Amino acid sequence: MGRYLRVFLTFARNSLVRDMTFRANFLIDAVSSVSWVFLNLAFYTLIFRYAPAIGANTGWEKYPFFLFIATGLLINSLVQTFFMTNADDLSELVRTGSLDFALLTPIDTQFLVSLTRIEWSSLGNFLVGLALIGYSMYKMQYTPRPMEWVLYPFYVACGVVIYYSLMFALAATSVWLGRNQTLLDFWFYITNFSRYPMEIYRGPWGTPLRRVFTFCLPVLVVVNVPARFLVRPITPQSLEDWLLPGFAIVAAVASFAGARWLFQRALWSYRSASS
Amino acid sequence: MIARTATWWTILRISMEERLVYRGEFALGTLMRFLPIVTQVFLWAAVFSAMGGSSHGRRTVAGYSYHDMIAYYLLTMISRAFSSMPALASGIARDIRDGTVKKYLVQPIDMLGFLLLYRVAHKLVYYLVAVGPFLLVFYVCRGYFPGWPDGPTLLAFLLSLVMSFLLGFFLEATLGLFSFWFLEVSSLLFIYMLFSFFFSGHMFPIDMLPGVAGTIVKHIPLQYLAYFPAAVFLGKVRGAELAWGLTLQFVWVVFFIVASRIIFSLGARRYSGFGA
Repeated sequence: MGRYLRVFLTFARNSLVRDMTFRANFLIDAVSSVSWVFLNLAFYTLIFRYAPAIGANTGWEKYPFFLFIATGLLINSLVQTFFMTNADDLSELVRTGSLDFALLTPIDTQFLVSLTRIEWSSLGNFLVGLALIGYSMYKMQYTPRPMEWVLYPFYVACGVVIYYSLMFALAATSVWLGRNQTLLDFWFYITNFSRYPMEIYRGPWGTPLRRVFTFCLPVLVVVNVPARFLVRPITPQSLEDWLLPGFAIVAAVASFAGARWLFQRALWSYRSASS
Repeated sequence: MIARTATWWTILRISMEERLVYRGEFALGTLMRFLPIVTQVFLWAAVFSAMGGSSHGRRTVAGYSYHDMIAYYLLTMISRAFSSMPALASGIARDIRDGTVKKYLVQPIDMLGFLLLYRVAHKLVYYLVAVGPFLLVFYVCRGYFPGWPDGPTLLAFLLSLVMSFLLGFFLEATLGLFSFWFLEVSSLLFIYMLFSFFFSGHMFPIDMLPGVAGTIVKHIPLQYLAYFPAAVFLGKVRGAELAWGLTLQFVWVVFFIVASRIIFSLGARRYSGFGA
């Protein structure tokens, strides 16, 4: 365990050194992703000029909704910081045969290829997320209880695990397919469904869609479950309120196990290249 | 003249053939690009459901009913299919940086003309392949549309689409040609992309913008890349306003054609052949 931590810290340090070598580039990356977030917030602010909430009787008024967006920001920025570049690189490792090196090192291959490069500039959005949480809570005049403060980071972590697993499972298929640019695009399109509160998916089309993205591909629990802890006190009103947080843990464990299984299978099929 | 036409025809044909190689992945990719609209459909349904007051059908956001809103997003996909120029500016910047650009300077071929034809070919092939997915999506979503607009409106719509292609091309080419001076224009391009996503109407109908911002966006060229053709189709822009809008679009197209020419000739004079 200590060895893994040491390796991780080395990766983190190397990436930071690399980022600091091109400091202007680092700054531009951070600033541009932050401005992207602000443009999105401007769009939502515009929406709230016309409507009091996202969905009638859902409780997603302006500041609760901003808490939702902030939670999504935290989770997305963590995934981008630690995993996205690495998942993106995996197909390149397979295509060029550089994966041989990762296989030969005496450390878990999935760990190595998942965390080699850390994009520190993506943490800019993490800070924006934290600031947005503070601002929205101040505006809402609501402070969650200690229990909710404990559960929130835990469920944010669960969300990161689910996103990571989905991304890595898709990336792992590049061993069979050779190229997987479309598949990572697929990740973006799928996670796009979790950008808004799950209450918006209702009606004859919305309800099945919500079930699919909750139970088959559990992207809807990623942001919804933690965000709810910040928005309202834990007073379960329906069966769903009880079950969903429990299910989120199951979903996180299952998707991680699934991604790991798929990755191992993929490694068995790996036949190196150009060596 | 005939020899020149033959040259341009060859360029067009080769570019089209090159583009048709990956048509399967291409059609699938086009279909997937509609997925984010599914989220928009539900988001706006939720927004409209939360608006109080009159009956559901009568509620509007900046003059858009729920159905108008969804139709608007679908129509911007068509505008974007004409105006978006993936990798044009960054491609020009790369050619200038690594010295490839000199092939246009020493050969008797016009760089902007070549790139324009190359784009036309890619777009033609794109429409050929994308027409399937587009027809499918629009047929499924036909309930959101108020019906076909009348002849003149349709004509204005087509005219604005063609001009939005030209505007998109010459605007991005102009941006890319700035790399004769800066070499690295990726941050400039990112800022452009950011603003264009927001102010072109790709993200939402720009009628929603209040006050001064709303007035400004109706004059800058970005609205023609997504908003304007869609608004024309939906009958949001009519009569004198429509004539004025098309004129302004034409003026912007001419402006960027001239600007790209001037910047290209100034830049070529300054060019010193890095990486050659």
